[in-house]
Amino acid sequence: METSKRYRAGTWVTELVMILVALIFLVPFYFLFVNSVKSFGDLLTDSAAWPQTFVWSNYARAWSITRFPEALWNSLVVTVISNLSLALISSMAAYRMVRHPTRYNRVLFTLFVAAMVIPFQSVMIPLVKVVSTLDLMNSIGGLVICYLGFGAPMSIFLFHGFVKGVPVEVEEAATVDGCTPYGVFFRIVYPLMLPMMVTVIILNTLWIWNDYLLPSLVLQKAELRTIPIATYAFFGQYTKQWDLALPALVLGILPVIVFFLAMQKYIIQGIMAGSVKG
Amino acid sequence: MNRAKSSQWLQQWIFVGPSTLFFVIIIVIPFMLGMYYSFTEWNGVANQAKWVGLDNFSHILLDDDKFRTAFWFTVRFTVIGVVAANMIGFLLAYFLTKPLKTKNMLRTIFFMPNVIGGLLLGFIWQFIFVKGFAAIGESTDLSFFNLPWLGDEITAFWGIVIVFIWQTAGYLMVIYISSLTNVPRDMLEAAEIDGASRMQILRSIILPLIMPAVTVCLFLAISWSFKMFDLNLSLTKGGPFGSTESVALNIYNEAFVNNRYGLGTAKALIFFIIVALVTSLQVRLTKSREVEA
Repeated sequence: METSKRYRAGTWVTELVMILVALIFLVPFYFLFVNSVKSFGDLLTDSAAWPQTFVWSNYARAWSITRFPEALWNSLVVTVISNLSLALISSMAAYRMVRHPTRYNRVLFTLFVAAMVIPFQSVMIPLVKVVSTLDLMNSIGGLVICYLGFGAPMSIFLFHGFVKGVPVEVEEAATVDGCTPYGVFFRIVYPLMLPMMVTVIILNTLWIWNDYLLPSLVLQKAELRTIPIATYAFFGQYTKQWDLALPALVLGILPVIVFFLAMQKYIIQGIMAGSVKG
Repeated sequence: MNRAKSSQWLQQWIFVGPSTLFFVIIIVIPFMLGMYYSFTEWNGVANQAKWVGLDNFSHILLDDDKFRTAFWFTVRFTVIGVVAANMIGFLLAYFLTKPLKTKNMLRTIFFMPNVIGGLLLGFIWQFIFVKGFAAIGESTDLSFFNLPWLGDEITAFWGIVIVFIWQTAGYLMVIYISSLTNVPRDMLEAAEIDGASRMQILRSIILPLIMPAVTVCLFLAISWSFKMFDLNLSLTKGGPFGSTESVALNIYNEAFVNNRYGLGTAKALIFFIIVALVTSLQVRLTKSREVEA
């Protein structure tokens, strides 16, 4: 809709108003950062003011109390492994379902799509039972398996829509030239799927990285905590100790903010692509 | 079995097998088990769940005041949150598709809250409501900031609404922007030349053409607000006096705090049916209003 390219007086006013709205949007970040470097006393007297002295030691204390490096590492491992495995298995499944639409595969696909409306809370209680029966409690691997199950419907759905648009002729040519079915997938189709791969990985990353409920049910050991669970546990212990809590929150949001700013082009594109299919 | 057939069979397993296996273990089996447990009295520990028929359901529908409060909260929250977040998301998108010099930076800023998880957002806002608003209130004397934020039932409700909007409007904005950029320019220019006012263009041309985005955005916002849990837990913990407890949080508490797993799964089943009904009804309603350019 990018209407008339001319920059009119009205546009200037719009620009100014929007900048103002954006500043209001940023106010929470201002409060968060400014108060994270104040002493507890300063923080209580006036939380809107710019800090008189910067108490960076708040960060050092929050860093060690939340065992931040450990939580960051756990979050990274869970997110990366879940994402790579999800992208692989769901793209393979979607590809097969599109190219071999047997009755069995069609029913299966319908099941996957239907499962997208099931809220997590509707399966979480028996899931805990299933996970502990399979002896997957308190293991990063167990958590990853859960994400593979919960991520599969949406990821397969997105890949399914994408593969339908890929011309089958290239694959046939490759088969004629002596490529095995696996070769066709990994050498021909996989590279073609890259744009949708990016979308799926981004949507899954935002969700898995920030998830609290599932890891809190599966991981109970302190050394396995991801960032959201570590933050929650920390708040349980240090309620109202804002001089520790705020730096902990800054540390907690920093990785994902950096990721977002570095990848924002792909993130925005990924969300647009995902929403059109969804 | 001949060779071609067995190779097909092997391929089917290698390609579709892993996803199906995880899907069955993590979603299908728990979902089925949930249906069974919802007719039982089960504490989550005992191996034997005691069959109680429809007792759980009649208890929930007839004398569970907390569930009723949670349900009513979720309904109110969904209606207000969904409408407000979509209106603000659309307005941001509408103005950010104008040729502003700073539009890319503004889009980034509006989207940013969405990459932070609800749990951390709730804690951040807890500080802002309690300390930040008080400080602004003291220096500006605006009564809005001097309200007992999170302290009483009404302000706690609106507090969660504010955070929800702050978090989700940017995401919805992105979807609306992608839809708005697809509205054909010649159509808008023709309407402008014909002397249509901006409101007329918005109502009669833009809105009908972006209905697919409205369908998606409403669907997303409804399912987010219905399933809200993290924000609730970290911002108010459902308080004061359970007034801001969402259905999702109520289910969680019933199972994992009160150890009434059977009752919890029954609530979860009712919850699933309502979410499925509401979202499919909404998609059907808005889809019927979609038009082609």
